[in-house]
Amino acid sequence: MLKKDKGALACLAFLAIVVLMAVAAPLITKLSGWGPYQFDSAATNSDLGGVPHGALGGISGSHWFGVEPQNGRDLFARIVYGARVSITISLSATLLTGILGVVLGMLAGFYRGWVDQVISRLMDFLMAFPALIFMIAILSSLPAGNRPVLLVVVISAFGWPYLARVIRGQTMTLANREFVEAARASGAKGTQVVFREILPNLRGSIVVMTTLAIPGYIGTEAGLSFLGVGVSPPTASWGQMIASSVSWYSVDPMFFAIPGAFLFLTVLSLTVLGDKIRTMVDQGVAA
Amino acid sequence: MTRYVLGRLGSVVLILLAVCLFTYLIFFKLSPDPAVMICGKTCTPDRIDSIRNVLGLNQPLLSQFWEFLRGIFVGRQYGSVHCPAPCLGYSFQTNESVWSMITARLPVSVTVAVGAAVLWLLAGVIGGLVSAIKQGTWWDRSAMALALGGVSVPNYVLALVLQYVLVVKLQVLPFPAAVSFVDNPVVWFESYLMPWVVLAVGYACLYARLTRSNVIDTLSENYYRTARAKGLSGSLIMRRHALRPALTPITTIFGMDFAGLLGGALITETVFGLNGIGKLAADSIAKNDQPVIMAVTLLAAFFVVIGNVVVDLLYTALDPRVRVVST
Repeated sequence: MLKKDKGALACLAFLAIVVLMAVAAPLITKLSGWGPYQFDSAATNSDLGGVPHGALGGISGSHWFGVEPQNGRDLFARIVYGARVSITISLSATLLTGILGVVLGMLAGFYRGWVDQVISRLMDFLMAFPALIFMIAILSSLPAGNRPVLLVVVISAFGWPYLARVIRGQTMTLANREFVEAARASGAKGTQVVFREILPNLRGSIVVMTTLAIPGYIGTEAGLSFLGVGVSPPTASWGQMIASSVSWYSVDPMFFAIPGAFLFLTVLSLTVLGDKIRTMVDQGVAA
Repeated sequence: MTRYVLGRLGSVVLILLAVCLFTYLIFFKLSPDPAVMICGKTCTPDRIDSIRNVLGLNQPLLSQFWEFLRGIFVGRQYGSVHCPAPCLGYSFQTNESVWSMITARLPVSVTVAVGAAVLWLLAGVIGGLVSAIKQGTWWDRSAMALALGGVSVPNYVLALVLQYVLVVKLQVLPFPAAVSFVDNPVVWFESYLMPWVVLAVGYACLYARLTRSNVIDTLSENYYRTARAKGLSGSLIMRRHALRPALTPITTIFGMDFAGLLGGALITETVFGLNGIGKLAADSIAKNDQPVIMAVTLLAAFFVVIGNVVVDLLYTALDPRVRVVST
């Protein structure tokens, strides 16, 4: 048990670092000396087609994680700024899906009848949709505009039904419990019952579902950026860095290893912590 | 039962219609004018008009949509170009009917999906089962730690790592090539091996976790304890009382996942350059080839919705506890 907690602590520490990188990105890059958009042509070897000078993709005292092949942008600075994109987009998407999923799920489960019919059919429809193809199609045909906002909207639009389905089911069982009847008998209105009586009882599932959703959204954002429809360049994003490393992986493996490792470790840490929270909530309910 | 099936099929048709209409609306509103795209650089307003006429783009949206639906059943005529019966549209960028583009690429996607499915079912279910039986042991803990890692690794990252290690460094596998099974079964197998593994890892780890927790749950059920108390043999109890209820939910999820993959494994196919439906989708999106995007979306939705129905029917057959309710 203690050993498992050590794992959870390590995950927490890693996430703390990532969040810190995201929050203090400008400050950190000031310390490291290179900005995310600064070219350093001296760090790459133009005779070899732009492969970074030195071993391990050009890791050195001035470029801590090495540089991008060809234009020599600092990988450390781009990772730090990429954390910003990952964290903001995934957290905003989680918030939006959370609100949509909880409210619509509760309404469907509490009012039943036509409200439930409309919401449930909408969920069936959205879940039958090949979300990835459609997200790419929408994002690629929309004007560039404000990409991060678009990403959040598109991810949430296809994400909320998975939360709402669970919330709906639990609301249906909660709605028959005594305390709901008691609240009604004492004259509470429908919406009051939903938000004052039912919502607090869903806290556990909401916490678990949303924490487990965050790594998924980080993956989706990186995936969309990898496919070229995410955050538009030159803004740095981990997925996009991995995408641009595809043509270099045989000569400069560090170029994909570093963003790949950050993406993997972030998703892993969040999944481990989500699992941990779920066990804690389950035990709390059982006790 | 018949009524239930018919009802489900009715809702399938409705959902597909809704998907169709929604995709049509979105692309009608968002995309650049297809007539301008087809016309190309040497274009006159007259020519654009005539192309619009041929494609029916000057008609109101609903009648265009109606033409599209009609084309699926009776075929369609675009000026001099004929698009035969299951006409999902005609791509003027490749001068091919969308239906023939899809049927040409479907075998690749099916091969990718089937191979990966076999791998992940075997690895996931067996791994999860062994973990559940040996719960708490060294094996269980390392398998579950591995599964957590596998769930968290994005498949394009895994694809790059495998390619780097197996193809570039160790040179034990060739880069995936489009070879048919008949021409050279060995190269065929080697080409598909990496895509299969890359696609299967995430699912296998997920299924291992699910199988483990399902089996552990059933082992604490009353009927399992009753069976033990009756003195039934270990392997019989395992098969009849523990595995069946534990694996039924896996069937459901498997059906959905597999159906989803038949519509193309977009990322895996793109990364390995396999010419399946997923790559077709990615390519058409990049070229803004609307009829193809529309048809691929529809096809993928079709598989998901049909998969959903099949799974529900299977579920009633597999799990006696839900049979009563559904009739």
